[in-house]
Amino acid sequence: MGTGGVRHLAQVELWGLSLSVFPHRMQRWPVLLFLAWVCFLFFSGIGLFMSGFLLTRIELANSSSCSDPLVPPPWDKQSLPPGSCWVPQRFPKVVLVIIDALRFEFALFNPAKVNPLPYENKLSFLHHLATSQPHHARLYRFVADPPTATMQRIKGLTTGSLPTFIDVGSNFATYAIQEDNLLAQLVQNGRRVVFMGDDTWEGLFPKKFFRSYFFPSFNVKDLHTVDNGILQYLYPTVNSGEWDLLIAHFLGVDHCGHKHGPDHPEMAKKLTQMNEMLRSLVDHLGNDTLLLVAGDHGMTETGDHGGDSQREVNAALFVYSKTPLFGTDPPKEPEAIPQVNLVPTVALLLGVPIPYSNIGEVMAELFSGDSDTVSEALQQLLVYHINAKQVDRFLHSYSLVAQDLPAEQLQRLQELFSSAVEEHIQLLAQMQRAMLMSPELESKLRSLISRFQLYLRQARAVCTQSWARFHPLRMVGGCTLIAASCLLCYVASELATVSDSFYRSCLLYPLLWGLVTAVLRGLACVFTQEELDLLLLLSSAAAASLLGFFWQWWGWHPKRARLLGSQPPLASIGLRQRLRVWLGMAFPMGILLFRCGAMFSDSFVVAEAQVAPFLLASLVMLLIGKLHWDGRLTVPEGHKQPLGFSSYRKESWHLLCLVTVLLVCLRLSGFFHQCREEIPHCRPSVFLPPLASLRNTRAKNLFYLLCVALLAGLVYAVRSWLRHYGNLNSSDPVVLFVRWGFPLVVLCIACYWAVASSAEDSLGKLQELVQVAVIAFPWAVYGLASIGLLLLLCHPMTVFAKDSRESAGSIVTPYQGIPSSKVDLLQVIPQIYKRMQESEKSRLERRSCRATVAAYGLGSVYSAALVIALTLLGFLLMLLHTERLSLAFLLLFLEAFVLLHIHTRARSLAGDTEPFSVPWFAVISWLLAASQFFYSTGHQPVFPAIHWNAAFVGFHLDHSTNLLPAVLVGANTFASHILFAVGCPLLLLWPFVCEMPSSQKKKSKRESQEELQTVDEHMMEMRLRESPEKFSTALLQLGLKYLFVLGAQLLACVCAAVILRRHLMVWKVFAPKFLFESLGFVVSSICLLLGISLVMRVDCAVSAWFSRLQLR
Amino acid sequence: MREAELRRLLAANLLCAVSIVLTALVPALFLDGFSVLGTHLTWLCVCSVCVSVLNVTLCLILKPNPSSKRSSLSNKISRFLKCCIYFFMSCILFHAIIVLYGAPLIESVTETFLFAVLLSTFTTLQCLCLLGPNIQAWIRVFSRNGAMSIWENSLQITTMCSILGGWFGAFPIPLDWDRPWQVWPISCSLGATFGYMAGLIIAPLWIHWNRKQLTYKSR
Repeated sequence: MGTGGVRHLAQVELWGLSLSVFPHRMQRWPVLLFLAWVCFLFFSGIGLFMSGFLLTRIELANSSSCSDPLVPPPWDKQSLPPGSCWVPQRFPKVVLVIIDALRFEFALFNPAKVNPLPYENKLSFLHHLATSQPHHARLYRFVADPPTATMQRIKGLTTGSLPTFIDVGSNFATYAIQEDNLLAQLVQNGRRVVFMGDDTWEGLFPKKFFRSYFFPSFNVKDLHTVDNGILQYLYPTVNSGEWDLLIAHFLGVDHCGHKHGPDHPEMAKKLTQMNEMLRSLVDHLGNDTLLLVAGDHGMTETGDHGGDSQREVNAALFVYSKTPLFGTDPPKEPEAIPQVNLVPTVALLLGVPIPYSNIGEVMAELFSGDSDTVSEALQQLLVYHINAKQVDRFLHSYSLVAQDLPAEQLQRLQELFSSAVEEHIQLLAQMQRAMLMSPELESKLRSLISRFQLYLRQARAVCTQSWARFHPLRMVGGCTLIAASCLLCYVASELATVSDSFYRSCLLYPLLWGLVTAVLRGLACVFTQEELDLLLLLSSAAAASLLGFFWQWWGWHPKRARLLGSQPPLASIGLRQRLRVWLGMAFPMGILLFRCGAMFSDSFVVAEAQVAPFLLASLVMLLIGKLHWDGRLTVPEGHKQPLGFSSYRKESWHLLCLVTVLLVCLRLSGFFHQCREEIPHCRPSVFLPPLASLRNTRAKNLFYLLCVALLAGLVYAVRSWLRHYGNLNSSDPVVLFVRWGFPLVVLCIACYWAVASSAEDSLGKLQELVQVAVIAFPWAVYGLASIGLLLLLCHPMTVFAKDSRESAGSIVTPYQGIPSSKVDLLQVIPQIYKRMQESEKSRLERRSCRATVAAYGLGSVYSAALVIALTLLGFLLMLLHTERLSLAFLLLFLEAFVLLHIHTRARSLAGDTEPFSVPWFAVISWLLAASQFFYSTGHQPVFPAIHWNAAFVGFHLDHSTNLLPAVLVGANTFASHILFAVGCPLLLLWPFVCEMPSSQKKKSKRESQEELQTVDEHMMEMRLRESPEKFSTALLQLGLKYLFVLGAQLLACVCAAVILRRHLMVWKVFAPKFLFESLGFVVSSICLLLGISLVMRVDCAVSAWFSRLQLR
Repeated sequence: MREAELRRLLAANLLCAVSIVLTALVPALFLDGFSVLGTHLTWLCVCSVCVSVLNVTLCLILKPNPSSKRSSLSNKISRFLKCCIYFFMSCILFHAIIVLYGAPLIESVTETFLFAVLLSTFTTLQCLCLLGPNIQAWIRVFSRNGAMSIWENSLQITTMCSILGGWFGAFPIPLDWDRPWQVWPISCSLGATFGYMAGLIIAPLWIHWNRKQLTYKSR
């Protein structure tokens, strides 16, 4: 077919053009409005559920002050020195060096190791200090509370509290900390805080710093800007002495982990740099200064963080001072302490009040100094006492505001606390009277200390456990809304088969109901002076309109029953047909049920990357099995073969080949999977890292060439598909864009890949040019793709019309010769669009020789627009992924193509009589493929697996707004959802596009039959236009089915999250899965609307085109 | 006549089912440390061999397919060779399908192949015994109203049950229960075996219940 000059391949000849060919106009707006309304119902359900499910912790506005009566009576006639607050200040100055993602193993030093990994044995200076001055320095295992994202950790490290789950989402936009915190206390007490490093702190603590040097943190590819910036200011600032707390937040190690992973020479360089930094920093420190070196979290083997695996949670903390700190020798194995413990410790060491909401425990050994054991224990007891009182006060005020901490546990804690305090005061009184002997006193002191410790630890455990506060009512409400919307989708899609215009009557009243409820509710809020909760307002409107719909439907039901009752034979046929349809539905629905059931088990959610292709393969095999069982694949009996022997038709073999290709695609797509931490032996796909990280240049070049070649292959395939259907003949701007713009886009992408994957340092002087190119090429692709999409929106017609009404009859002749010229038919396939009505026919015969228009590509005009749009979107999304994932995208296109063909073939083999209704099988397999490729483009529904790098394709520096990076990262994450949702209308259109071959066969069989009928077979997509009412209903039905299947998956996720909300894995598996699924739903439904609107836009253009022809 | 044939079918099927149970128990007497889970591969071999031997013998004794004409020795040998080739090809085909369904490609090839052999024994071998190396007849049997005798009906049911059992057997693999039978391919082969045994028992019962509706076309 690809031979040159076959321009006539797909042409539609038109006779008797008149507007009366299209008796009705297509109903565009009601359909879109109906779908948008259904989407709104789902969205409000999701919103309501989310507001009840995602954890919130109430932040108290209280803050501590020096005058708070927390301090116990002094012992030994000691009194507080004047000007001190709570306890005497132990250090006037503290330097806090935060090395982002400093995993505990990074700080360990094992001299016995012969071949250390790149991240091992690099911080030798810490080891040197700890061994040479054991009373001055000590290393701790610093255990972070999940989520281990930097912003949450900063919050935890300054407020001493536990950030909750939903804060993860606000990492893009950091908000100022409202709670009492360490920095606020310092500022309140007139201390100077100087900060340098990660600019996340700027948003968290606006106007708190005496002096600050912020550096952009968002670009994770940039290893050096922040660190070098800090090093430039660190030593001068330390030397100047104009500070009381100096915080330096280094990001290089974290960014190195994100870019290369921990096991990389670059990490060794970075850690060695940190080692040198610490060495010279210690040289600059005075004797009265405490140095704290801390990691805010660790990193996984791939350099990511955010979850709660051991590697992410275990960070390092190193304490050092030039004056002796510890009374005892260090333990053999470094002690593990929770991160929040740093807050009360630093606060009391610096002599400021502990922040109000702190639930950490002081590190008492830092308060011992070098005095004797009794006074050391008394000192420790004092800080414990203060700490416990502060925690008790916090728990008390928190329990007044919120009821989420269990009362009986609080009661128990209260008892523990008051008994310990009482005993402490008694002990002090006894000491005053000197009634205790020293050994007895010491043991009593020790037991009291352990009781305070017990209290503090239990209080922390209670808080950790129960800062999971749900709104059960909202959760149930959200569930119900989503379930009802699913039901609505199903009912409406069933109604669509019965009536073509139900949606207009079924839309108005529900909308009115919803509006009225919303207005009433708003008014009620105004009158009762309550605060207006927009979410509740919207969800009540949604609920009301749902009720309205079902009311309407209920009222409509008896009417229909009566209608059927008046024609008894019709009813019985309807029943039998319905039973058959229902049986046909059972298989796909069963698969959908399995898929939904899999959401309720954490193991299946973890293994979903394998579950989706397994179910898809099973669904397709079931389809084949069913067709075979029904005898559709075999040659009908009675044709030149003995009874009892059957053989396959030719089409069946095609179908089997397609299924094989599909299975191979499914298997191949498994090679692009990302790993989750729950599967320990899993190795992430080798295709995921960018080409730049490949060290073998030959492999790099080979992969690069392969990717570019396949990209060019995709363009070639799309162009030849369009040429085959005659959509590449006109000189419309869109067609020109496809001809010239597509290769240009591919060229730009190839150049971008080449520049981005070249080694960073190898280009020397060209560095600046490369910097420009890395930005310019993505922008060129963005620009070209948006031009293409705009052109597509403005002129979606890819039809070349050859108006031969003046030059009579040249194209009519081959038509008249159809029965005789079969060769012509095979090569030059004219599709003839013709009016069937008798009146038209007679008119036509009268003037057939004059009124002829040959339209190339009219038969596939809808699909062509969608294919062009999908290709453009595919380019954009490939650009956002790493180079080698383009292979996965090509698999995606291939698999979608094969699925469409299987759907078409299966339909024609099954002898489907309803061309306007897409079977459930097709919709469910389409969606299974969508979720399969979510995984096969290297994603997983967990936060560490998000490809943050996508935010920097085409952007070098920090983003000014949060919207753009969110869009880029979102498009990257939901790439397959976007493509499959936009391409969804193809499920309806494809059988019409592909109708040629089968009808040709029919034609050859009944050549003798009436000619007009065979002519009618070639209308392709124009058949849809012929019955616009049915077309719009079919689109609506397809959309509703799609939303139903999506909604059923979402409903399963939501129910799993509700039922298993106290499950061990809820924050690790179910909650992230729910978030990804609901975001995926939102993206899919919006893209579905866009895809359907594009089809309608094309329809508009086709109408305009016909009327223009008419006028000529 | 029909009742008698049904009784023969029931006896043959029960014999098959019992033999499978025995393959799990008897070898433990001869082989040290034999268990279905522990030495799964041995059991797979034993089970496949036993079931195939039993099926071939039953086929020769009962002659469920009387239409096979007398033929010369060379004809018989060529038929037998053809059967062998078909069986081997079906093993390969099952292996390919299992791998396409997500089984590991390079690791544990033996396990996958033996599972494919087991599946072939439960499905292809039965077809070969009953219908001979005649693909067209196979296609005919596995369609609605395609069965021409109760043997063919039984064949339909056992084949479907075995494959369905193997399919369901894949379900527990991802679960984190850490049981020995979750290891590939134990759950699948056990599923297929249980499915096959269930099919053997269901088939006579189903035929018995539906004997009024079942009408076979005469040849």
